[in-house]
Amino acid sequence: MATDGRFDRRKLVAHLLRNRGDALVVGGLGASTWDLAAAGLDDRNVYLWGGMGLACSIGLGLALAQPSRRVLVFTGDGEMMMGVGSLATIAAAAADNLAILVLDNQAFGETGEQTGLTAGPTDIARMAEGAGLSATMSARGPTDLAALETLLFKTRGPTLAVAPIALTDDPLVLPTNNGAVMAARFRAALGFSD
Amino acid sequence: MTGRDGTDWPSDVHAVFRAKTVRQIGTVPDAGLTRLLDLCSADEAMRVLTLTREDEGVGLVTGAWLGGERAALLMQSSGVGNVINALSLPAVCKTPCLMLVTMRGQWGEANSWQVPMGGATPGLLQTIGVTCYSVDRAEDVGETVASAADMAFGAGVSTAVLISQRVIGAKTFDAGDAS
Repeated sequence: MATDGRFDRRKLVAHLLRNRGDALVVGGLGASTWDLAAAGLDDRNVYLWGGMGLACSIGLGLALAQPSRRVLVFTGDGEMMMGVGSLATIAAAAADNLAILVLDNQAFGETGEQTGLTAGPTDIARMAEGAGLSATMSARGPTDLAALETLLFKTRGPTLAVAPIALTDDPLVLPTNNGAVMAARFRAALGFSD
Repeated sequence: MTGRDGTDWPSDVHAVFRAKTVRQIGTVPDAGLTRLLDLCSADEAMRVLTLTREDEGVGLVTGAWLGGERAALLMQSSGVGNVINALSLPAVCKTPCLMLVTMRGQWGEANSWQVPMGGATPGLLQTIGVTCYSVDRAEDVGETVASAADMAFGAGVSTAVLISQRVIGAKTFDAGDAS
């Protein structure tokens, strides 16, 4: 799953979801949500087409409401930076079932591949460490896959891993953009009616 | 803090939160919310989460609802400016977003920096589709929050109760003028 020593985002996400168990997954606005859809539609996924910066906050509300399940947030570096303050909220809440994966291509892939802030001196894993998350890692690439999986699925949360991904032009695989349908399906998958 | 007429509106709202099984309270605090937040913090059935920005709270309440819990967002009117785009999320997902907003910049405000957002708050919320209830009597706060909660959780919409500065009292600046 390597591309120039970095992860191929589609292969990485598909690999991680193959062994998701009963985990609930939130996909950040844009490519992270398309990655979830490409790995196979699942009603236990939250697919975001908007609300930039909110993926981790949604994950927090969900993790507190569902403490017996692992909650994963897969999002991009730009989406994470917009909501970076939420890492402090998450740390303070000590949501031990929440894990965040930042798919870092150092660019705004959805809007024309403009250079992102993580291309510079900014290190999201260290920001998360400073916010007080229980464990963080900055993966070097596929050689760190096993450690990445442990951090996302096993380590007591809240945790955050940054995975460097290649800037690729993947085919669009789109889940429904009807948020009401998505939300109703998600709640139904957990046994809640509207 | 009781209202100017002596009504203990924070206790009323806390009782409403209990009755409506609100479990998560996201907030960027305000002086006018202090007693209500204290009551919620002391309640084992509730969890108060201090946010860095108010828009986090919109994500929080949406995630809570997806996970089967009810939540609310409490903030000062200046915070409403931080949540507008985020309110697209509950609007599109047809999920509830219950908000309590303590108003600044209206009734006896001495801080000019609070005036622009205070004046814009009702219009901004209504423009993005939030049903607003303005309350200027302490005795009305509890039942208004109950109505806003029933509408939010029952109809899957965003509602906001705007609590007037007339209820909470205007902040005073009597520590001396640094300018």
